[in-house]
Amino acid sequence: MTEQESGTLKVKTGFAEMMKGGVIMDVVNPEQAKIAEDAGAVAVMALERVPADIRAHGGVARMSDPTMIEGIVAAVSIPVMAKCRIGHFVEAQVLQSLGVDFIDESEVLTPADDEYHVNKWDFDVPFVCGARNLGEALRRIAEGAAMIRTKGEPGTGNVVEAVRHMRTVTTDIARIKGLRDEQLFTAAKDLQAPYELVKWVAEHGCLPVVNFSAGGIATPADAALMMQLGCDGVFVGSGIFKSGDPAKRARAIVEATTNYDDPDTIARVSRDLGEAMVGIEISDIPENELMAGRGW
Amino acid sequence: MEPARKTIGVLALQGAFREHRRMLDGLGADTRLVRWPGELEGLDGLVIPGGESTAIAKLLDIHGMYGPLRAAHGRGMAVFGTCAGAILMARDIEGARPDQEPLALMDVRIRRNAYGRQIDSFETTVPFAGVEGGPVKAVFIRAPRFADLGSGVRVLSAADDGEPLAVREGRALAVAFHPELTDDVRVHAYFLGSVVGA
Repeated sequence: MTEQESGTLKVKTGFAEMMKGGVIMDVVNPEQAKIAEDAGAVAVMALERVPADIRAHGGVARMSDPTMIEGIVAAVSIPVMAKCRIGHFVEAQVLQSLGVDFIDESEVLTPADDEYHVNKWDFDVPFVCGARNLGEALRRIAEGAAMIRTKGEPGTGNVVEAVRHMRTVTTDIARIKGLRDEQLFTAAKDLQAPYELVKWVAEHGCLPVVNFSAGGIATPADAALMMQLGCDGVFVGSGIFKSGDPAKRARAIVEATTNYDDPDTIARVSRDLGEAMVGIEISDIPENELMAGRGW
Repeated sequence: MEPARKTIGVLALQGAFREHRRMLDGLGADTRLVRWPGELEGLDGLVIPGGESTAIAKLLDIHGMYGPLRAAHGRGMAVFGTCAGAILMARDIEGARPDQEPLALMDVRIRRNAYGRQIDSFETTVPFAGVEGGPVKAVFIRAPRFADLGSGVRVLSAADDGEPLAVREGRALAVAFHPELTDDVRVHAYFLGSVVGA
């Protein structure tokens, strides 16, 4: 056995590959984490308030209390993710020291830096970052993100923004596929992304890292919709624990994500799930309260 | 004469199944994704990929796969599990949820997340018996450890301290690491040639 190298890009992106086809669920306490694990979640996102409550509560949303994160780490055997504020590299250092398995540098929390994101190459723990389009995704990957999450609009129970961002990434990729080298230089300029990454995407026709869909997924059909649109898995935030029967809905969303191309299964698991989260029309949200626009 | 092409299923409930399929396709196998019992029909071999073992176990149960998968293995279908796949194949699983049923295709005990959390994941190269050309590339991600090996279980790969990293029992092969995340196809070639082809 030769020397062991930890914290490499391969180890980080490889871990994200293991979550493909799975559902990552927001949880706010150990009981919810156990329900998520029982339901077949591939990981949980530990946070103090789900996005719907952050939205309702207002004020500055920050990294969760370490005691709360440790309680969830201790409660389940599946990987635990946690969120730091955009650009808040000390919150990220704290999360790494707590032993979380993945850090989400997330627009759901109030940004700490309105110009720079965390330099994710400084960390051994992998990062997932939000993106609304290809350029944003590649900027985050250039900063060291090992996984991308199309943003959607968190805490709304409304899938329309998740769909928009997924379609935008797909369309952006289709647009640069097959471009000649001299065109790719200009494409990189337009996308505001590094040329090497733009060239890689043009050659391979996909993102260089796993991409999960997030922000508004509330039903099994929502999850399957995002999978059919080409994402690798889904984050469900408020959609599960803001619904009438979280355990049943969580399991149904897991089944629908695996069987995303099988309408009979989606129909079966969609029955009698109780009340879905209420949801918000995006146009009813004041512009300055939209979360997806955070990040640069 | 060319040997008959082998038909290999890749369990596609959750995890890195596409990477396995790409490797096996590259080696000339006939591959298909498997989610339901009927899709086990006619397979020479099955790969159980890495992923989250609790999630895959849940979906195996929901899909009614436990009995049919064991029966197919009993009739001669070779099985190759990596990481979470290896966990599922063991006789008993340390750190599993109490209601999780082991597939019990191999007489080994396995301990989940035995190297620690993601921060302790690593890549390296490891020796592999029956494979030409030196050590194979290996990525360990929240990897499990084998213990309490039955008398019929052979260690194909071990760390310098003797820790078993890959074990074989008849037509079952279990590997603690992820060869499918590398460009090194030799462990998959070993599965096709020496386990499926045995």
